[in-house]
Amino acid sequence: MTPRTIKVSITALSVALIGFAQQAGADTLRLLTWGGYAPENVVEMFEKETGHTVEVTKSNNEEMIAKLRATGGGGFDLIQPSQDRIAGPQLEFGIYKPIDISKIDKSLFIPSMLDATMANTTVDGEVYGVPHVWGTSGLVVDTKKAADVKDYTDLCNADVAGKVSYRLKRPTLIGFAYAMGLDPFAAYGDEAAYTEIMNKVEAKLIECKPNVKTYWGGGDELMGLLRSGEVVASMAWDTGGWKLNADNPDITFVAPASGALGWIDTFALPAKGQADDAAYAWINFVMKPEVAALITEAAGNFTASKGADEFASAELKAQYQASFPPEAVDNIKWYPPVPAGLEAIEGGVLDRVQAAQ
Amino acid sequence: MKAEAKLGFVLLLTPLLLWLVLLIFIPHIDMFLVSLRERVGVGKYETSLANYLTFFREPLYLWTFLRTAVMSTVATAITLLIAFPVSYYIAKIAKGRMQSALFLLCLIPFYVSELVRTFGWMILLRETGLVSNLLQWSGLVDQPVEMLYNDAAIMVGLVYTSMLFMVVPLVTTLESLDDSVIEAGYDLGGNAFSVMREIVIPHAAPGIVSGCIVVFMLSLGNYLTPTMLGGKDSLWFTQLIYSQFIVRFNWELGAAFGFMLLFLSSVIVWGMLRLTGQTLEKTMG
Repeated sequence: MTPRTIKVSITALSVALIGFAQQAGADTLRLLTWGGYAPENVVEMFEKETGHTVEVTKSNNEEMIAKLRATGGGGFDLIQPSQDRIAGPQLEFGIYKPIDISKIDKSLFIPSMLDATMANTTVDGEVYGVPHVWGTSGLVVDTKKAADVKDYTDLCNADVAGKVSYRLKRPTLIGFAYAMGLDPFAAYGDEAAYTEIMNKVEAKLIECKPNVKTYWGGGDELMGLLRSGEVVASMAWDTGGWKLNADNPDITFVAPASGALGWIDTFALPAKGQADDAAYAWINFVMKPEVAALITEAAGNFTASKGADEFASAELKAQYQASFPPEAVDNIKWYPPVPAGLEAIEGGVLDRVQAAQ
Repeated sequence: MKAEAKLGFVLLLTPLLLWLVLLIFIPHIDMFLVSLRERVGVGKYETSLANYLTFFREPLYLWTFLRTAVMSTVATAITLLIAFPVSYYIAKIAKGRMQSALFLLCLIPFYVSELVRTFGWMILLRETGLVSNLLQWSGLVDQPVEMLYNDAAIMVGLVYTSMLFMVVPLVTTLESLDDSVIEAGYDLGGNAFSVMREIVIPHAAPGIVSGCIVVFMLSLGNYLTPTMLGGKDSLWFTQLIYSQFIVRFNWELGAAFGFMLLFLSSVIVWGMLRLTGQTLEKTMG
């Protein structure tokens, strides 16, 4: 090769590489979150008040962690995984960076929720998450057509055969285990006991499979199935049920007899985040009660912001109270942190259920 | 003069080389290295073949691969059966503007993304969908019928998705067949069947082979269609890879699956070529 051709090649290579390079300004907050957690009006208010700009990417728990793992914790400045998905992945992949609690206005949070989340996301004495939005998953039921569905295992009843749906993911395994009288969370630390529980759940889910119309994958798919009446009972998130309730009063969210499963989505900082100041500013901004109420409006779920309930709409409050009588609130099973390696056991179970005829 | 030609050659080759090296070779080498790691503890890995052994030891994974391969083969055969008459009509019977219009008709569905096309099939086939309603209206059935979420629905989706990739190579090869050769076949006493068997199909063989390879590979690697149309009974090898990577955080096994897919599909294509007496060189030529 002549020197000239080498130069040309180098130029071509660098031109190609520039295309891949991320241009990240110091005051651009790249937020990886769930749909509804960063509504446009809130983003606008934030940009006006602080001068930072916000880029929102919507995702889900598994994809968030997969994305951060692929980049070693880069590409985003603030992410919102569920609180049970912080300690395990941090130990395994080191994708988060500790949160400086002194930069967060603790008075904005509901104290019990803040403490619980901080305790669950502590690794080696460092805190990796603070709470944002919380909610539950349970059952969405057409009360006219499937009045007998009161618990997860009722989805396997003969009278709703071919008209039920659930996700083939870990919440289903946990929910069925509780409905079968088992206690999966207590067995989290004991792989053998957990495997035994999962084997029982696997047998039940395979037995139940003919009853299932299809396993839903996304919220919109489930909405379509329930709206058209093709499915009359399903495992789902509370907000999904309340949204459908607004269109069709017969359909609503039911907290299962064995207890709804409670999740808390958090704020966490990716290991290679480049705009920590903007991230802290965003956290303190969206936790203000009046802003948090706007997020509740968009996402349908309540936040860990203290005093935001007062700003919530009367309709949502009424739906919440109808689905959650006080004893159902006490019965909520909050997800403890998932120990690293449990996914492999669950994965085998899910694969075999999917493959069963 | 010679140096200039060389520079031109290098410049022309650069995009291809960059593409191959940056986007194909390097990621594959990295994937291969990942597939050779075994997780032995939190954040600890050892080099071993454990992931490949898992593939062969767990009947579920082998079974899923076999199912995917067989269904893809059937989809390829059905696509060929439907696409051949269509291509023959476009290339040999239709003339002038009619020809381009028909070809365009085959092309137009592909202006829409695969996701939308698959969703279109869902709207048609679902229990409250068009076909079900039509059947009820005509009195053929008295209650809604569910046509989604089974193997037939997956097959329909796969054939529809890959039709174009069969039609294009077939039309190209069939167009290059001189009409007079077909006429000569008839003059020499051949009938429609023997002309088709002795003249048209041998001439179109390279097109058939390349079309079949593309369709087979596309079906085997399809993720969207089996997932959306297959519902609870869809079991496709790409879904296993996706769930290992994204849901289980088990990149090591996912990478091993990826390589098994690459390896086994290459073996199947090679076997098919041998079986039918074709070679890749002839197809390209």
